[in-house]
Amino acid sequence: MSRETVINWALALGLLAVPFLALMQGEPFYITLATRVAILALAGVGLNLALGLGGMVSFGHAAFFGLGGYAAGILATHAFNQEPLFAWPFMVSGSNDMLLIWLVAIVLSAVVAFLIGLIALRTSGVYFIMITLAFAQMIYYFAISWPAYGGEDGLSIYVRNGFPELNTLDPIQFFLICYVVLMACLFISARLRDSRFGAALQVARQNPERLAATGIAPFNIRLVAFVISAAMTGLAGALFADLNRFVSPSMLSWHVSGEIMIFVILGGVGRLFGPLAGAALFIVMEFYLGGITEHWQFFLGIILLCVVLFVRGGILGILAGRRVHG
Amino acid sequence: MAETAPILELRELRKSFGALKATDDVSLDVRPGEIHALIGPNGAGKSTLIHQVAGSLTPDGGEIRFNGEDISGLTVAQRVRLGLGRTFQVSSVAPEFSALRNVMLSVQSTQGSSFRFFKPVMHDASLVDAAMEKLSLVDLAERADVVAAELSHGERRQLEMAMALALNPKLLLLDEPMAGMGPEGSKNLTGFLDTLRHEVPILLVEHDMEAVFSLADRISVLVYGSVIASGSVDEIRTNRDVREAYLGEED
Repeated sequence: MSRETVINWALALGLLAVPFLALMQGEPFYITLATRVAILALAGVGLNLALGLGGMVSFGHAAFFGLGGYAAGILATHAFNQEPLFAWPFMVSGSNDMLLIWLVAIVLSAVVAFLIGLIALRTSGVYFIMITLAFAQMIYYFAISWPAYGGEDGLSIYVRNGFPELNTLDPIQFFLICYVVLMACLFISARLRDSRFGAALQVARQNPERLAATGIAPFNIRLVAFVISAAMTGLAGALFADLNRFVSPSMLSWHVSGEIMIFVILGGVGRLFGPLAGAALFIVMEFYLGGITEHWQFFLGIILLCVVLFVRGGILGILAGRRVHG
Repeated sequence: MAETAPILELRELRKSFGALKATDDVSLDVRPGEIHALIGPNGAGKSTLIHQVAGSLTPDGGEIRFNGEDISGLTVAQRVRLGLGRTFQVSSVAPEFSALRNVMLSVQSTQGSSFRFFKPVMHDASLVDAAMEKLSLVDLAERADVVAAELSHGERRQLEMAMALALNPKLLLLDEPMAGMGPEGSKNLTGFLDTLRHEVPILLVEHDMEAVFSLADRISVLVYGSVIASGSVDEIRTNRDVREAYLGEED
């Protein structure tokens, strides 16, 4: 087992242990904290596919996070009010079934990512960053100005959506759902990375000219990766809405895009478990430093600066050393 | 020698950058089994021509026929899939991947779609074995696990050659393969290309005159964007215009 594998296991088991320790200590609040880490890490795992493997610096992943959130919020609201989403040409009713909501969140994020990608991936570098940001902001302002679902005030989910055979209102059970989804997406990411598609994607980042000269068009590879990446972040958004039982346009704002990117960079760009390490550190700092001073993000900024300047591999770079290439 | 249909045919190719005619009505062809060398002084438009054949530059006019088919409208990747392999003037590899994984990418491309998401490539014998075979061919097998960025300049050249060959090309476009190789390396590569001509025809752009004269079946001389002479090695050696325009400078 390589050192990185050991650290990955430690991170995975560490996160799993937190809610149970919290329960034993009688501090159920920490369960929610661990759930937040799992969900935000999942959003980062999605971005890491685009950013880490494919070199696509998307500054618009909040769009997918928010769309996933609204998918959960809108479906749940209609189910709660027993109003159909629309009645013509056929009847579509709301739902409070998590599995269905996840599917809608994934498909919605994937379709939007496909359309954004078709345009944004014709550019690169700073233009790609700006176009993804612009699209995300368009969706943000749309959500603010659309009164049907709360506009600026957002949308409450009165009862957390349900999962077959489980009680999602029990914090431990909801945590476990999020945890399993996170681990499943990490597993998918690992397989993707090592597959033919992953090989092509990594060369699309390292040297797109070489990829084309090998007969593989970089655009197609990047587009599919961008779509998969968005789908994972969208799924995280649906979970996040259920965690807070609330969605609002703030989930779509560029701050969130930045935060997801911070998880990835803090943890180590392109490292499988980087987003988990990054999200965990972020949440711990937010909680403890945030308790001491309002200006905790100042310290976050300093840490981020140090990571970018001195340890390129992020937290995993410090713990596991330089990445090994096969 | 019986006339065989050319594998690559350029017809009246033109490309200008503003007032500069970088490619001025160039027609040439490469036939099966031959090495056709393209020489010319710096700034003659050799790279511009190569870029148009490979697909990274669009010509203003004229035609590029590959295997009897007009490929002018195809992208770089599409041309490669038709069988147009190439090496670059400055070696172009995936720097973070090992030599083996670099070549595996070429093999993967010949096996069809890269949209396969689940099977780990390192456990795929059809990729690993075929890639190892090509690495042995260029004498790089014992460096298979070395990351491409850590290979020497010459080794990276060999790696690029293995990547091009792994595509099973119908034509090789070699852009100054001897550049920076040193006398020993050049000699080895010359020997290697000499044996390769029977397997795949080559369009060779090269500065090393010794290599060109010992390898080429035909030579075309490019000056200011147009072909001023085309013929056998002896014809080019004795051509007055060529000596004046190009070879004279070297003596």
